[in-house]
Amino acid sequence: MMSDWPILSILIFLPLVGVAFILAVRGNDEAAVENIRRVALIATTFNFILSLWIWIGFDPANPGFQFVERREWIPGLISYYLGVDGISMLFVILTTFLMPFCILASWKSVTVRVREYMVAFLVLETLMIGVFCSLDIVIFYVFFEGGLIPMFLIIGVWGGPRKIYATFKFFLYTLTGSLLMLIAIIAMYWQAGTTSIPDLMAYQFPADMQAWLFFAFFASFAVKMPMWPVHTWLPDAHVEAPTAGSVLLAGILLKMGGYGFLRFSLPMFPDASSEFAWLIFTLSVIAVVVTSLTALAQQDMKKLIAYSSVAHMAFVTMGIFAMNVQGIQGAIYLMLSHGIVSAALFLCVGVVYDRTHTREISAYGGLIQRMPWYATVFLVFTMANVGLPGTSGFVGEFLTLIGTYKVNTLAAVGATTGVILSAAYALYLYRRVVLGPLEKESMRRMQDLSLREKVILVPLVILTILFGVYPNPVLHVTDASVNALVSDLSQSIGAQPGPAVDGAAFTNETGSSADAVNRGLEAAGMAPAAGDGHGAASGSDHGAEESQLDENSHGEAATGDTDHASPADAADGEEE
Amino acid sequence: MSELHLFPNLVPVLPEIILAVVAIILLIAGAFTDEEAVPTLNLLAIFAMIGAIVAVCTLSGGSSTFDGAFQFDNFARYLKVLVLIGGAVSIMMSMSYARFQSFSRFEYPVLILLSTVGMMLMISASDMIAVYLGLELQSLAIYIVVSINRDSVRSTEAGLKYFVLGALSSGMLLYGISLIYGFTGGTNFYSIAETISVDGAGLGVIFGLVFILAGVAFKISAVPFHMWTPDVYEGAPSPVTAFLAAAPKVAAMALLVRVVMEAFQPALIEWQQIIIFLSVMSMILGAFAAIGQSNIKRLMAYSSIGHIGYALIGLAAGTEQGVIGVVIYMTVYLVTTLGVFACIIAMRRTDEGMVEDIADLAGLAKTNPWMAAAFTALLFSLAGIPPLVGFFGKFYVFLAAVEADLIPLAIIGVLSSAVGCFYYLRIIKVMVFDEPKDRLEPMAGELRLVLAVSGGFSVLFFLVWTPILSAATAAAQSLF
Repeated sequence: MMSDWPILSILIFLPLVGVAFILAVRGNDEAAVENIRRVALIATTFNFILSLWIWIGFDPANPGFQFVERREWIPGLISYYLGVDGISMLFVILTTFLMPFCILASWKSVTVRVREYMVAFLVLETLMIGVFCSLDIVIFYVFFEGGLIPMFLIIGVWGGPRKIYATFKFFLYTLTGSLLMLIAIIAMYWQAGTTSIPDLMAYQFPADMQAWLFFAFFASFAVKMPMWPVHTWLPDAHVEAPTAGSVLLAGILLKMGGYGFLRFSLPMFPDASSEFAWLIFTLSVIAVVVTSLTALAQQDMKKLIAYSSVAHMAFVTMGIFAMNVQGIQGAIYLMLSHGIVSAALFLCVGVVYDRTHTREISAYGGLIQRMPWYATVFLVFTMANVGLPGTSGFVGEFLTLIGTYKVNTLAAVGATTGVILSAAYALYLYRRVVLGPLEKESMRRMQDLSLREKVILVPLVILTILFGVYPNPVLHVTDASVNALVSDLSQSIGAQPGPAVDGAAFTNETGSSADAVNRGLEAAGMAPAAGDGHGAASGSDHGAEESQLDENSHGEAATGDTDHASPADAADGEEE
Repeated sequence: MSELHLFPNLVPVLPEIILAVVAIILLIAGAFTDEEAVPTLNLLAIFAMIGAIVAVCTLSGGSSTFDGAFQFDNFARYLKVLVLIGGAVSIMMSMSYARFQSFSRFEYPVLILLSTVGMMLMISASDMIAVYLGLELQSLAIYIVVSINRDSVRSTEAGLKYFVLGALSSGMLLYGISLIYGFTGGTNFYSIAETISVDGAGLGVIFGLVFILAGVAFKISAVPFHMWTPDVYEGAPSPVTAFLAAAPKVAAMALLVRVVMEAFQPALIEWQQIIIFLSVMSMILGAFAAIGQSNIKRLMAYSSIGHIGYALIGLAAGTEQGVIGVVIYMTVYLVTTLGVFACIIAMRRTDEGMVEDIADLAGLAKTNPWMAAAFTALLFSLAGIPPLVGFFGKFYVFLAAVEADLIPLAIIGVLSSAVGCFYYLRIIKVMVFDEPKDRLEPMAGELRLVLAVSGGFSVLFFLVWTPILSAATAAAQSLF
């Protein structure tokens, strides 16, 4: 029944209806501002509820695109073409899910130009959902780049003291990265004669062209992600952005990079992706270690979380370019989990920032004595950020590490030091802010979470733990699409007949990817509830490409792991 | 045939005739009335332009007259409509300006009309002589219009500078034409193309080509023939600058397209290098030189140099797709530029009069949110950020460049547009992020209309995009 409706279009453009209502609210007095906030909250909440319909109506056994809408716009060139598959659907839900929290988080903290603020957020929601739903590459680009405008204004108008610098850096960095992608998109159009993403996925680009197309897309997604060494815009943007801006930045905008790798780089340029996987692994391992160490040294809470985001995104890139089911499933899971956890961490920072108006870690201490609720909630998210088993962060990190280990042991070893380091910086932060004696005068007057703040944070706590112990709802959705992606990948890279036999044997053993994932989780002592019956349809031959990838990606990761081990130990010691 | 020689078919020239006759009538009427009548004369001029638009749209295409010196095809139709819109809107914007500044001169609409006739001749010209006549009619009218503020030193200086440099470029153009005539034995585009395709492009032809391109490059202010642009933009009264930035650029670009695509089509390899050079230099200079500007009209001058560079990318491709790109780009450029100048003309304070510094826009988002919102949209559009129309303008020229394997050119284009983004963002920063200074006076009605249409187009262009695109495609096809 729902499939008859253009539900994706409704999801995309409903926030704009909210914008129209907000612009129609007269006056600038307190009552009008309150109404503006309510309209924004209603619009985003309604959009979230509506987006749950696509989860319900979604057929997880179908690896292709669902809820497809297509209208010709410019004949032969661009069509308005929407659809979601298992990879993109949950990002749409994540976006609509985080939006009401953003509005709620800004309820008290944003008092100037509220109308413009809410308009910017709703427009941003439209553009973000559009990114994940587009099946036309030009429309994708339009949404992808268009998101810069509202974010530029959000940081620039409602940001902190260095907002101008931060917002210019954010805008110009991400824009420059993306412009090369535009040229690549045009070149792909002339080569393949279409801008439709499903058609481009099926098209075989010549190998030499793949290489430079890959790098053009890589430039864009690496900046967006952000990968080391082009991550420097992120800490600045995060520190200066208002809380809700940071939430969306960490929760959604960063995921666009990972989503782009999964949607474009891997299926469209498989040869180049496997050829340059070593580069991604190297950058990721360096990122994990370097940014984790940088996070240890931060004095500003938001900056610390920003660096930890870069480290987590490095796990995501590793998982994606492991190009096996565990790696990609883990990458998606980690992105979703990080979308919730980092958003929640920024909200936690926002809670204390609203009270003290400082983010200096040294200004805090002993909060647990005044704010027990806050201490508990913050602890859950800190643990999820560390990747403690039982939280959603663990599942994703663990799967990506398994996936990476299978293709590149050195990279996995290097990245695992990052897990230790992440424990170091996260616990160090927690100790300095929440634990310890209540010495500072300003800390004595701190109020615990208000009802509004509980309404924001408690659902996130529940989700973090729920997805930590019961990952299946998510893995079911992504399973079929990831399987299809991996089997396409192994077909296009592993054209040699040899490994195919191994792959078949492997398939027989494991059944489906979800089984493979479950085995991994079982090994970690967290057996998932029930086995899953479906998904065996496209049982992939992941053995095939792994044996190949191994050859490509040995010998490089040695840079990042061993030499950083000692600072890690030092940090551990300091923490005790 | 002999009948044709005796009395040429005047139907294709009907729009030009309408404008020329109205210009003469207005001139006489202006001489015998006082200043009170100027708004009426302005209105009449606008009506004449609207009438000309109607005539242009209804005339059947594909006709030529004056022994093939004047062509009326879909290309001419499309660009004439653009030029007429530019002219009419400029007169409209000058009316609001004249209410507060000493600008009530009846010569203004007359000169704009004559200049528009010149531009329409340029667009239709398919003979070197006609090219020169059109170009001179257009330029001479503009020289006077630039210095129409006779009491202002800046305005007269700008006019003089423009005249001297313009005369130099006309001389180069004429020299080029004479060389071409000497080496090909013709002035008609088709006869030139035929000779070149038979005999090849010899040294003399290339010399002539270079001089012609230099002359036209001056009119579109492509680097290295751009030096006049910032000074003239800054010195001329704002409504004149608005006119100067919009319609003549479109007309000169159309002329350039027709000259290289029709007369020098066989010499594509030769002129392509020149166009690529002009394009690259214009984009880079436009991007970097604008960064340091504090006067918004000077900044717009550099911005327009940059935009001409992007339009030239399409021309450098030398394909039908490329011409579509140029035509689309100039459409977007025209509409956006007019909107931006509506904002610039509206920068007026009670005590100081007209202000032109970017800093004067500080805090506009608080004092005049709608104007700031529309201006912001236009600036993002000029910067080429989707989902605004400026992105699609750039998209089409890059599409053409990649098709023609000019990928390095396209990459230079996107990178310089990232640099160029910076100064548009700076204006937005001043408007939206900074604290307000003194209030600007409220916008006049005409300016609001122009800004609303232009800003609305830059956001909601997709509603009218398909007809524009098909018209542009038809325009480009008529050249091939």
